[in-house]
Amino acid sequence: MNKTALTVRGLVSRREHAVVLDGIDLAFESGQVTAIVGPNGAGKTTLLRHLAGLDAPTAGRVELRGQPLASLAPALRASSIAYLPQAASAYWPLRARDLVALGRLPHGADLSRPLRIQDADAVQRALERVDGVGLADRPIDTMSQGERARMMMARALATEASVFLADEPVASLDPAYALETMGILRAEAARGACVIVVLHDLGLAARFADRIVVLANHKVAADGPPGVALAAGVIDSAYGVTFRLLTVDGIPQPVAWER
Amino acid sequence: MNRWLLLLVAVLFLLSLAVGPAWWPWRLGHEIGWAIVWELRLPRAALGLLIGGVLGLSGAVLQGWLRNPLAEPGVIGVSACAGFAAVCAFYSGLAAAFALALPLAGIAGAAVAVALLMGAVRSGTGTVSLLLMGVAINAIAAALISLVLALSPNPFAYQEISLWLAGSIVDRDLHYLAMAAPFMIIGAAIVLGAGRWLDALSLGEDTARSLGADTRSLGLRLTLGVGLMVGAATSVAGVIGFVGLIAPHLIRARVGFRPGATLVPSMLVGAALVLGADIVVRLLPTASELQLGVFTSLVGAPFLVRAVRKAHAAWLAT
Repeated sequence: MNKTALTVRGLVSRREHAVVLDGIDLAFESGQVTAIVGPNGAGKTTLLRHLAGLDAPTAGRVELRGQPLASLAPALRASSIAYLPQAASAYWPLRARDLVALGRLPHGADLSRPLRIQDADAVQRALERVDGVGLADRPIDTMSQGERARMMMARALATEASVFLADEPVASLDPAYALETMGILRAEAARGACVIVVLHDLGLAARFADRIVVLANHKVAADGPPGVALAAGVIDSAYGVTFRLLTVDGIPQPVAWER
Repeated sequence: MNRWLLLLVAVLFLLSLAVGPAWWPWRLGHEIGWAIVWELRLPRAALGLLIGGVLGLSGAVLQGWLRNPLAEPGVIGVSACAGFAAVCAFYSGLAAAFALALPLAGIAGAAVAVALLMGAVRSGTGTVSLLLMGVAINAIAAALISLVLALSPNPFAYQEISLWLAGSIVDRDLHYLAMAAPFMIIGAAIVLGAGRWLDALSLGEDTARSLGADTRSLGLRLTLGVGLMVGAATSVAGVIGFVGLIAPHLIRARVGFRPGATLVPSMLVGAALVLGADIVVRLLPTASELQLGVFTSLVGAPFLVRAVRKAHAAWLAT
C-alpha cells in the first residue's frame, strides 16, 4: 500500500473574481506518476502551483503528509517538494553544474562556497540521471534547447525531494528527449517520490503515468488509471472534441478526431 | 581574485593619500603635511573607498535581483531620487537644523526609487521597460530638483546644486565621513548575506520561491540595503554614475555568472574604480578640477551603449 504524500482538500482558487479551480479534492501517492491533463485554461498549471505552495488558496488547503503547506517552514517545504516550471529557463548563462547545484539550496548549500560532499554527490547523481555529466562544465547558453531542458530537470532532481512536480516538461521537446524525460520521471517514482506532471500529450500520459487526473471547467472530470480516465466518452466532453481510441500493446492512445 | 582586488584597492587608497597638488604631503613637515593628509586626503580617500564599494555592490545586487545586466543605481534613477530628497533636505533648512537629515533624506529617496522598480519588475518587466522606467524616474527627479531650486530664495542655489549633483568627493571633511559611513557599512552588511537567494533568482521568482526563497522579505531587505548604501553615498557625494554598471560587468564572466559570487568582487572593483577616477581627475590639466561624476559618465556611458548592444536579443525582446 502506497503512502499519501500530498492531499488537496476542497481547494478553491480565484484570480480577480474568475474561478480557476473550484472544489478540488485529490490525494497523491508516493511511488506513482500522476499525470494532470485537460484542455487549455482548465487550471492545470494553477493546480500545480498550489501543490508547490506558490499560490495561496482562496479556500481549502494542500497538505504535505498531513501538514498544511502554508504552515511549513520555507526550507522544509522546499526540501520536500521540487518544482519544475513550464519552459524553465535561467536569466544568466550559468555553468550547468552551478545551475544543477541550485537544487541543493533547500538543503543549505551556498554556491559561493565549495559544495559539501552530500550536495556535490546529489548534483553528480542528478547529472547522471539526465545523462548530462559530459555537459556539466558548459555554460547553458551554449546548449541546445533539449540539452538545456535536461539541465533544468537535473536542477529539480538534485533536491531529491519526496514530491516532484513538473509542468509540461516535454513541451517543445523532440520525441527522443520527450521519451527520455518521461523515463526520468518514472525512475523518480521508482525511487519512491510522488511524481505529479502536467502533460498535453495524452498518449505519453497513458504510457507513462500510473494514474491520470483530467481537469475540465476548473473541476476534476475524471481520475483513475489510464484505461479508466481516458475511456471513450470521458475525455470527449472534457475537451469538447471527439476522440478515437487506439490501443497499442494494451495501452489506450486517444487521437483527437473531429470537433 | 579577491586577494588581488584587495591589493589593488589598498594601493589606490595609499596613492589617493599621496597624489594631488602637493605630492607626498608627508614630506612637507610634520604640521602642514599631516594636516593635508588628515584633513583633506584621508576623508577623500575613505569616501572614495566606501562610496565606490557601495556603488559597485549596489549595482551587483540590483542586477542579480532584477535579473538584468543593465540595472545600476544611476541609470535606473535610484541615485537621482536620493539626490532629489537630499536637495529637499538641504533647501528646506532641515539639513542645517539637524545634520543627519541629509543622509536620512537621501536614504528615503533611494528606497522609494528601489521600491518603485521592484513593483515594476514583479509585474514582469524586461530590459526595455526597466530602462524606460529608469528614464522616467530620472526625468521626474531632475524636474522636481529644478522645481525645488526655483522655489529656493538662494540665488546661487542652482549653480551650487548642479555642481554638487555632478558628483564629487572634494572638500568633504571627516564630519561627512562620520555621517555617511555607518549607513553605508550597515547597508552593505544587510545585502552581503543575500547572495544565495540572488543565485536562486537566476531561475525566476517562482522557482526561487520553490527553492525556499522568501522573496517578499528578500525584497524588503534589498530595498533597505540598497537604499542605505546609495542614499548615504549620494547625500555626501552627489550622483556618481555607471560605477555600479561597470564593476559587476568586469567580473561576472570570471565567477561563472553566479549573481551571489559577483557581490564581493563588485564591491572591490567599485572601490578601485572610484579611487582611481578620483586620482585621475586630480591629475587632469583642467582649469578647475573635473567633477568625479562627470568623469565616470564620460567613461561609463559608452560602456552602457556597448552593454546594451551586447545584451542578448532575447532580453531586449521581453
